Amino acid sequence: MSKTKDNEAPPVIEINAEWCKGCSICIEYCPQDVLALENGIAVVVNLDDCNRCQLCDYRCPDYAITVK
Amino acid sequence: MDNFDYTTFLREKKFPLIWCAGCGHGIIMKAILRAVGRVGWDQNDTVMVSGIGCSSRMPGYVDMNTLHTTHGRAIPFATGVKMANPDLHVIVITGDGDATAIGGNHFIHAARRNIDLTVVLLNNTIYGMTGGQVSPTTPRGKKASTASFGNVEAPFNISGLAQAAGASFVARGTAYGAVQLSKYIEKGLLKKGLSVIEAMSPCPTVFGRRNKMKSPVEMYDELRDQSVPVKKAATMSEVELEDKIVTGVLTDVDKPEYTAEYAKLIAKLGGSA
Amino acid sequence: MPVTKRNPRVRVMTGNEACAEAALAAGLKFFGGYPITPSSEIAEELSTKLPASGGKFIQMEDEIAAMGSVIGASLAGAKSMTATSGPGFSLKQENIGYACLTEVPCVIVNVMRGGPSTGLPTMPQQSDVMQARWGTHGDHPIIVLVPQSVAETVELTIRAFHLTEKYRIPVILLMDETVGHISEKITLPDPAEVKIYERQKPTVSPDEYLPYKHTESDIPEMASFGTGYRFHVTGLCHDQTGFPTNDPVEIEKQMLRINRKLERYRDDIIEVETAGDADAEIGVFAYGSTARSAKRAMLMAQEKGIKVSFLRPRTMWPFPDREVLAMGEAVKKIVVPEMNLGQVAHEIEWAVRGKAEVVKVNKINGEPISPIEILAAIEKAVQ
Ligand SMILES: Cc1ncc(C[n+]2csc(CCOP(=O)(O)OP(=O)(O)O)c2C)c(N)n1
Ligand code: SF4
Ligand code: SF4
Ligand code: SF4
Repeated sequence: MSKTKDNEAPPVIEINAEWCKGCSICIEYCPQDVLALENGIAVVVNLDDCNRCQLCDYRCPDYAITVK
Repeated sequence: MDNFDYTTFLREKKFPLIWCAGCGHGIIMKAILRAVGRVGWDQNDTVMVSGIGCSSRMPGYVDMNTLHTTHGRAIPFATGVKMANPDLHVIVITGDGDATAIGGNHFIHAARRNIDLTVVLLNNTIYGMTGGQVSPTTPRGKKASTASFGNVEAPFNISGLAQAAGASFVARGTAYGAVQLSKYIEKGLLKKGLSVIEAMSPCPTVFGRRNKMKSPVEMYDELRDQSVPVKKAATMSEVELEDKIVTGVLTDVDKPEYTAEYAKLIAKLGGSA
Repeated sequence: MPVTKRNPRVRVMTGNEACAEAALAAGLKFFGGYPITPSSEIAEELSTKLPASGGKFIQMEDEIAAMGSVIGASLAGAKSMTATSGPGFSLKQENIGYACLTEVPCVIVNVMRGGPSTGLPTMPQQSDVMQARWGTHGDHPIIVLVPQSVAETVELTIRAFHLTEKYRIPVILLMDETVGHISEKITLPDPAEVKIYERQKPTVSPDEYLPYKHTESDIPEMASFGTGYRFHVTGLCHDQTGFPTNDPVEIEKQMLRINRKLERYRDDIIEVETAGDADAEIGVFAYGSTARSAKRAMLMAQEKGIKVSFLRPRTMWPFPDREVLAMGEAVKKIVVPEMNLGQVAHEIEWAVRGKAEVVKVNKINGEPISPIEILAAIEKAVQ
């Protein structure tokens, strides 16, 4: 089930591949398993489940991921 | 959920950050910037002062008035800035070695004076920049490049030190608990007096690897498992609290602040600044 | 009956008190210090007078902190100073180097006592002349002024602020214990009449501002924190933007620029006093309180028919090498009395390039060098 309310636009997750160092922190602590590591860079694999908690953003040491 | 825009406070041209993959310092920098954003400080009126170390590289990335000083001496430089212009907001960025080994004297005296600085102390329990030597906060038994057989010394309790020395605000948070950490920092920014926010920061590269933690995530897991909120800690015994990290606001008191007291002295003497 | 009006600025005071008064007249706004004999009176005076004039005084927890606070205050726009002596001067060195590299104006007073270590706290030596020049690591520019009297302490304290603000080079006022503690009658300057150079503020907008720009003058414009110019200051080698750089070309360019200021502006920075006979065979070079004994010795020698010339630096560093060479070319021998084992004599030997013999007169037992002792050296030199 999508976590986005019907009247809301879906979340926009931006990942800056230039800055991402592939530490996996965002991936491991995402409560919804939205993210994964591909070739050493974080990628979105399950946008539908994102609940916009922004924990990935808070915990990314490298300013490589933002959620809007 | 908020729409905080880091870019206002970043010198993006200097990115990517110098820090290693998974280093907690970047997370703590975010917690600081979000806190500054919430209190609404103008970056023109805000000064970020640091010493030397991985942690102290932070000001280079932050679009404020920034001052990267000598090892251990951020607090004295910041004291001069704040005294010369008390209207400026002054944030000090320092490491466990920077603030409590070489700079220990300045740290306790700033707390005693209760001068209005916000000190964010990034505690990674190791000397990161110089390659993993033992620090005053390295836990007993942990390995360092100058403690190959495990540290035989007792570590400092940094927050306890700040409390005992007279800081008016002391809190401890972690890079894992980044949301709460940012809230503690916000309180510290608003406090008139010396605020110390001890922020536990994993160093995967020179601490983790040497101490059998293979990935950054393992270190964050450990931080999570060790953290005990201050209220819960009050119900636990000393033995239970061994190896635990007590998080939360530990001290929050109002007492005379140094630059305000000095301004009163100037007024009494009829001087005008 | 005529009423004699006393000029309130004519006073009897020590060199240390005069230094504090002169700093205030020069516009001092921040002093960070730590007590140490024989400099403490400077801090004591300023602890009462600075706040009364709207400035700030702080006694820090040590000299390292004091020096750091001075640099921070200067970056926030305040004319800043610290004062210390021997052991404290050693502690300040790392942060003095920081001020040299980052070109932060500040005045450091060192009232020299006997050293090394705790040495002779209450007795004079001139033992830190080389440390004042080379105390911190790395090639760096520094200006060192050496007053010989209370009156000259006033002049050179004001000049120290003038030079540091003008060139963005830290200035050390190197007094000896005798100058710091001797009481003399002087006329204090009228602060309204003290004109010193104010640091050059940016003439460009924050967007265009480069804190370490290569300019025609070699002296970058200096913004203060809190004025809208959000610049970065670091003790790492930096480029024009102020951020660290590893580019060998830019590192060299910046290092040469900061060091070049000394040579380029030497004629404005260096001041010497010359006296004596133009056709002398013996020269005397002396500085600080020792210069007063030396001048007396010169007069005594002249009474005995010996022709003597006299050279006294008010600026010790950069070294007045051309002035010394000129003396070396005119005389056969240069007598150099100093309360150390010959620190400046070596510099003179280098400067005169074999044109004259250097005769050292040294004393390190805490007693000043008397005119008689210098006279004896002069008499021996003419034989
Ligand atoms: C006077 C001086 N001594 C030693 C050093 C070398 N040094 C640089 S950083 C550092 C330790 C930094 O450790 P910490 O403050 O814990 O910061 P971290 O790098 O772990 O963030 C040391 C010893 C120095 N720069 N200056
Ligand atoms: S916002 Fe929350 S749910 Fe969405 S990707 Fe980030 S951590 Fe996962
Ligand atoms: S936390 Fe940031 S740097 Fe680490 S993998 Fe995720 S996006 Fe990349
Ligand atoms: S060495 Fe440690 S503290 Fe330094 S950047 Fe790397 S992970 Fe961070």
